Amino acid sequence: MKILVCITHVPDTTSKISFSDNNTKLNSAGVQFIIGPYDDYALARAVELKEASGGTVTVLNVGEADTEPTIRKALAIGADDAIRINAFPTDSYFVAQQIAAVAKEGNYDLILMGRESIDFNGGMVHGMVAEMLGLPSVSPVMKLDIDGGKATLSREIEGGKETLELNLPFVAGCQEPIAEWKIPNMRGIMSARTKKLEVREPAQAETKTKLDNYELPAPKGEVKMIDKDNVDELVRLLKNEAKVI
Amino acid sequence: MTDNTIAQPEAAGMNFEYGENQKMVADMCRDFAEREITPFRREWDETQEFPVPLFKKMGELGLMGVLVPQEYGGAGFTYFEYVAAIVEISKADGAIGLSMAAHNSLCTNHILTFGNEEQKKKWLPKLATAEWIGAWGLTEPNTGSDAGNMKTVAKEDGDHYVLNGAKNFITHGKSGNVAVVIARTGETGDSHGMTAFVIEKGTPGFKAGRKEDKLGMRASETTELIFEDCRVPKENILGKVGEGFIQAMKILDGGRISIAALSLGIAKGALEASIAYSKERQQFNKPISSFQGIAFKLADMATKIEAAELLTYQAAALKHAGKPMTKESAMAKYMASEVAVEVSTEAIQIFGGYGYTKDYPVEKHYRDSKLCTIGEGTSEIQKLVISRALLK
Repeated sequence: MKILVCITHVPDTTSKISFSDNNTKLNSAGVQFIIGPYDDYALARAVELKEASGGTVTVLNVGEADTEPTIRKALAIGADDAIRINAFPTDSYFVAQQIAAVAKEGNYDLILMGRESIDFNGGMVHGMVAEMLGLPSVSPVMKLDIDGGKATLSREIEGGKETLELNLPFVAGCQEPIAEWKIPNMRGIMSARTKKLEVREPAQAETKTKLDNYELPAPKGEVKMIDKDNVDELVRLLKNEAKVI
Repeated sequence: MTDNTIAQPEAAGMNFEYGENQKMVADMCRDFAEREITPFRREWDETQEFPVPLFKKMGELGLMGVLVPQEYGGAGFTYFEYVAAIVEISKADGAIGLSMAAHNSLCTNHILTFGNEEQKKKWLPKLATAEWIGAWGLTEPNTGSDAGNMKTVAKEDGDHYVLNGAKNFITHGKSGNVAVVIARTGETGDSHGMTAFVIEKGTPGFKAGRKEDKLGMRASETTELIFEDCRVPKENILGKVGEGFIQAMKILDGGRISIAALSLGIAKGALEASIAYSKERQQFNKPISSFQGIAFKLADMATKIEAAELLTYQAAALKHAGKPMTKESAMAKYMASEVAVEVSTEAIQIFGGYGYTKDYPVEKHYRDSKLCTIGEGTSEIQKLVISRALLK
């Protein structure tokens, strides 16, 4: 089985976010970058599937050269090889086109990624990729088992959980508890250096969005504690101060 | 947080940044420590529990055979990655860092450095994967710094040696599955009168004695080792008869790099906690980090840590290049361990009353740090080693 796992290169969740260039760029000074946590689950499950029934795991990232340490980490975790599309991931549509181009050539049985990145949180790429390839798309997948050419998976839906059977190939956006995050071992780290990391130039693709600028959310106000017996005061504050009711 | 700028002299000159492998190893250890060490460290500390299952997990990751070549089941990394790993693990818990260091650079490294092929094949795969945990015995109740005057004797008897005596302050004396032990085979006072033996747990006449109740490093097991007519086959001798003490001194040269790394980890852990706390703790309606009294402490702590780090990586680079580094490793160990004590003391001062409680980790850093100026050669012994090198 050939599995393609698409990973994002995103700021660590504890990073302090600020912007440069007139608020049009993330200021990456001092920011630690990681594999997108949801992508990390997808990768962990892909490696488990490979270990259980053979096959290969290829990781794919759309990003500039600074994403390579993140890709190497994915290789250390257990992916067999990697492809980096040498382009800044401008928006979901652009990224999806790049992934679709790689997927068309590679003939993968399964395309996994996180249900969303944690920088822009668009959650659209898996759906777009599936549409471009004419494949089914499922998200957020919390359980995934493969038996021959058939997959059993379950996902969260509004108010409940759905269990599906699906023929390969398909595209899935993953989240916990599909697998436990894997910590690379020393051998994995050593072998990651010699695994193939192919750099490809981007396919011709459109960007459908134009960025004006970024801004940070307003700082959170102070917490007001209201006595549990004083419901009237709570309602008054929610209405007049928080203006949410 | 101090960033990972450190010295790794390379062929092309000096490179003060972590290499890609070091970064990955450090990240891996940080992730592992967050998940498997930090949540439990207080409990292990309070109960003095030596968490054997944790070391098995560390073995799976390759952390228990960092320097062991892959052909013997190890990770096959260099001292650079080894130091990075010890630093990160020790940031979370110095006791775990100490046990990792003792296992890797004393017991395992002694067999790796001085064992013959058969011995390496026999013991290293088990040690490198932590299927077995290793101990190393040099110190005795009456001979700490004066190790050459050891009283534990090994008398030749046919194809065996019979050991009698006791070692103390031995890391993993009880839980260890195998120990490298230095015993007297010649005259007292003769540096060529001692021999290194590998002794497996279960050998008749070999047992653990009392477990020490310690100030710090409490999750790292420290016990006595007792030998009563313990018969050890000659094939368990590492190197030649009479070389044990000389071998031990060489092992300690490398061991000092471990303890320097352990000290650095503790110091960095204390500094990181202090930076985070000083930015959150408000007094006079300001974070205490905005007061120079506190900010300057942080500056001093970070500067001392980086100086100690440079010395440590200098020693690691010399070791890696196979060059003499007795003086440099002693300097690194001396400096880093003293810095660990200073930095963790200041950390408690920054935390104030809270730092004196067990609700915050800095009191543990403080207690753990003190071992670093004592174990594997006191600061005074390090100064002796350094000055002898200067005056010879």
